Amino acid sequence: MNFVDLLFLGFATLALGGGILMIFSRHPVSAALFMIISMVSVAGLFVLLEAFFLAILQVLVYAGAVMVLFLFIIMLLDVGPEGAKSSRLKLVSGFAGVACFSILIVLSLLLVFDSSPISQASTLWPALDQNSLVNGENLVFSTRVKSFGFGLFTKYMLPIQVAGFLLLAAMVGVIILSKKVIREEKV
Amino acid sequence: MESITPQHFLILAFLLFGVGFLGVVIRRNLLLVLMSLELMLNGVNVALVTFSRTGQNLDGSLFVFFIMTVAAAEVAVGLALLVALYKKRRSIFSEDAGLLQN
Repeated sequence: MNFVDLLFLGFATLALGGGILMIFSRHPVSAALFMIISMVSVAGLFVLLEAFFLAILQVLVYAGAVMVLFLFIIMLLDVGPEGAKSSRLKLVSGFAGVACFSILIVLSLLLVFDSSPISQASTLWPALDQNSLVNGENLVFSTRVKSFGFGLFTKYMLPIQVAGFLLLAAMVGVIILSKKVIREEKV
Repeated sequence: MESITPQHFLILAFLLFGVGFLGVVIRRNLLLVLMSLELMLNGVNVALVTFSRTGQNLDGSLFVFFIMTVAAAEVAVGLALLVALYKKRRSIFSEDAGLLQN
């Protein structure tokens, strides 16, 4: 049992444990904090799978943007605990902060040092071809961000434009949803 | 224990999806239902990246990229709907959301 197995076990335990604690927690704020632990651990699993760009996106989009949005809405709605005292909230938020911070420290140490266990992890998977972007019709998996850009702007040109249009539609929809309610309150 | 294999990652992805589905089914708080949906999408992402890495094909990773985009849009619209529901009903529980009843 080497170091990579220990890393996998740790990340898997934190991801699953965070999810299970999330769906059974009574206070929405502690649920959101357990959710952040789960998301950051999934980013660690992406690092073990050598998808470094997706790990960074996971931390930025899920642990950053989406969970901040959730916490803002919880604050705005002012929803209390479902019949439980909120004294454990400080403990939970401290635990979530320490867990996420230590996961991120471990990940950055793994990525900075070259002779790290990540090179051990790469022996678990088929060897990577780092030089070519395409192999016949297929896009080749690589750790570089360049291959993502190449794939998105050649094979997936139409889907990425549809995704941009979807984000625009979501933005317009959210603005209209919020505006309508304000107008009804004024009348 | 032997070394980790792609099967371990796939089992973990299945369990994450199952936990998220359980949350969607058993919780009545609509905020928690939205969070559990995110957990289900994360489980799918882990499975996609595992297949992408072992099959040496970038398509799976690009699908994860698009899933993240759709999830962000879905959360924005879902939370706006939730705020609108709260302004109408003063509650975010699923049994109070029957706007077409009575």
